[in-house]
Amino acid sequence: MIPTSLADFAIAAPEVTLLGVACVVLLLDLFIGESRRGWTFLATLLGLALTAFVTLYCAPADRTVALGGLYVADAVATVIKFAAIATMAVVLLYSRDYLSARGLLQGEYLVLALFVLLGVMVMASASSLLSMYMGIEIMALSAYGLVAFDRENPIAAESAMKYFVLGAIASGTLLYGISILYGVTGSFDLNAVQAGLEREVFFGGRHIGLLFGLAFIIVGVAFKFGAVPFHMWVPDVYHGAPTSVTLMLGSVPKLASFALAWRVLAEGLGPLSHEWHDMLVVLSVLSMVIGNIVAISQTNLKRMLAYSTISHVGFILLGILTANAEGYTAALYYTLTYVIMAAASFGMILLLSRQGFEADRIEDFKGLAQRSPWFAWMMLMVMMSTAGVPPFVGFFAKLYVIQAVLNAGMVWLALVAVLASVVGAYYYLRIVKVMFFDAPAERAPALGGSPAFRMVLSANSLAVLGLGVVNGPLIALCQQVIPH
Amino acid sequence: MNLQLPPVGLEHYLFLAGVLFSISVAGIFLNRKNVILLLMCIELMLLAVNFNFVAFSHWLGNLDGQVFVFFILTVAAAEAAIGLAILVVLFRERRTINVEELDTMRG
Repeated sequence: MIPTSLADFAIAAPEVTLLGVACVVLLLDLFIGESRRGWTFLATLLGLALTAFVTLYCAPADRTVALGGLYVADAVATVIKFAAIATMAVVLLYSRDYLSARGLLQGEYLVLALFVLLGVMVMASASSLLSMYMGIEIMALSAYGLVAFDRENPIAAESAMKYFVLGAIASGTLLYGISILYGVTGSFDLNAVQAGLEREVFFGGRHIGLLFGLAFIIVGVAFKFGAVPFHMWVPDVYHGAPTSVTLMLGSVPKLASFALAWRVLAEGLGPLSHEWHDMLVVLSVLSMVIGNIVAISQTNLKRMLAYSTISHVGFILLGILTANAEGYTAALYYTLTYVIMAAASFGMILLLSRQGFEADRIEDFKGLAQRSPWFAWMMLMVMMSTAGVPPFVGFFAKLYVIQAVLNAGMVWLALVAVLASVVGAYYYLRIVKVMFFDAPAERAPALGGSPAFRMVLSANSLAVLGLGVVNGPLIALCQQVIPH
Repeated sequence: MNLQLPPVGLEHYLFLAGVLFSISVAGIFLNRKNVILLLMCIELMLLAVNFNFVAFSHWLGNLDGQVFVFFILTVAAAEAAIGLAILVVLFRERRTINVEELDTMRG
């Protein structure tokens, strides 16, 4: 055990800053009246900017372990944290009009959002199963509260209940796996776990207890990712939650799920990669196939995007299951680009939503090309990118993952992935067809959105094109941060 | 009475924890009536895991497991509070906490 000193807290400065910001926002909100809620919002965004600055400024040059082995600061953590902070800022910016139109723009909402981010950041920097578990719970408990935030909405309460029960089962299962792993290796520290497992594997001791624990951990990870067959909560939560919360849950926690899989499976349980590889193959193939096929029959856009998320999770798992640096790089790249696309597609629903009107059915996008050609083109780009059409960024994300799988010698998996994305293209293109070739509904409301919202959403959608045309820097960054 | 019972060892604790864990999972999936029972099953699940941690901790002579238990207990308390809060919201809106009636979303 490394002794803890005050200098360790300097290494954990991003989380400390964010926690401080969340407490300040919570207090500040008490002194700000209902009519001036915008100040709390502004304080939250400034706090996020400060946290982003601290994250970049305090990033150590080398991998540093602090706080008695609970916390690790490395390049992967910095990238995930920065992406999470930026996404959260964009998400809150998109949500503002939606929330104030429904009387949900309260200090508590912003504080819970900050705590979701805190959980993600703790997970990104966890170097022990204890801190990983705490990160998961900080994120999940805040997320349950956010889903149920609209107390007048019976569907939101129902989906919060489902989310809560299934999320609790997921953490219970993960904990059970962690307890078995602790029994075998005698430690929670992921480096010690790795060393212990290497010894076990070296002496041929892949005993049944270890596999038993591993299976429970995989189930827990799959639940958090929302991979088939542990995906039951995803469509209901995406559908039932207020759209601003769906936007948040669809984007930021995906980075956390990647961090969870990367830290626990790739780093901690690396010596067992032969065992978890097979389990992830099943999860990945089922997610890609079932996610894409079930999405076709959806009429609710949020539900359709939920199944689309499930299929994208299959692709992320596809990168992770290769268990080599190339695959992890591709998975990180996929996660980062997926978050950008998810933010843009849910942002579009928020743009079309009005007071008392949720634009969450596919028919609400009818004739968008006539109502707002600019945003119809933006949505076209986002949908094409999510479907994986070149030159958009989603194509390159899929390309790198499939390339990694092919280089690992799994041709049939690459074929399944390609066929699944062909099926998936159908329902993304249906949105494009509805927008461009259908007449708008009689009483379709005009598009709202503050100028800032419109500008950021346009920038977000153009980023999908820009990052695709100039895809070198981001993939180079991913290659650089993933250790070889 | 010369009944010779074997000493209680690690495997007995693990077996008990496994049984408790299975009961809680079965309870969650078989229960079709009451959401409060779900919350109780979730608590039971976390307590079963705590059993495992304490048993391993004693067996290994390593205190880390017992520290973890304190964290789990704290999180379980927070989890129960949030679960009950959601339950209250649900009951206000629906006037029911029957699991079978929580099926408005399909597809």
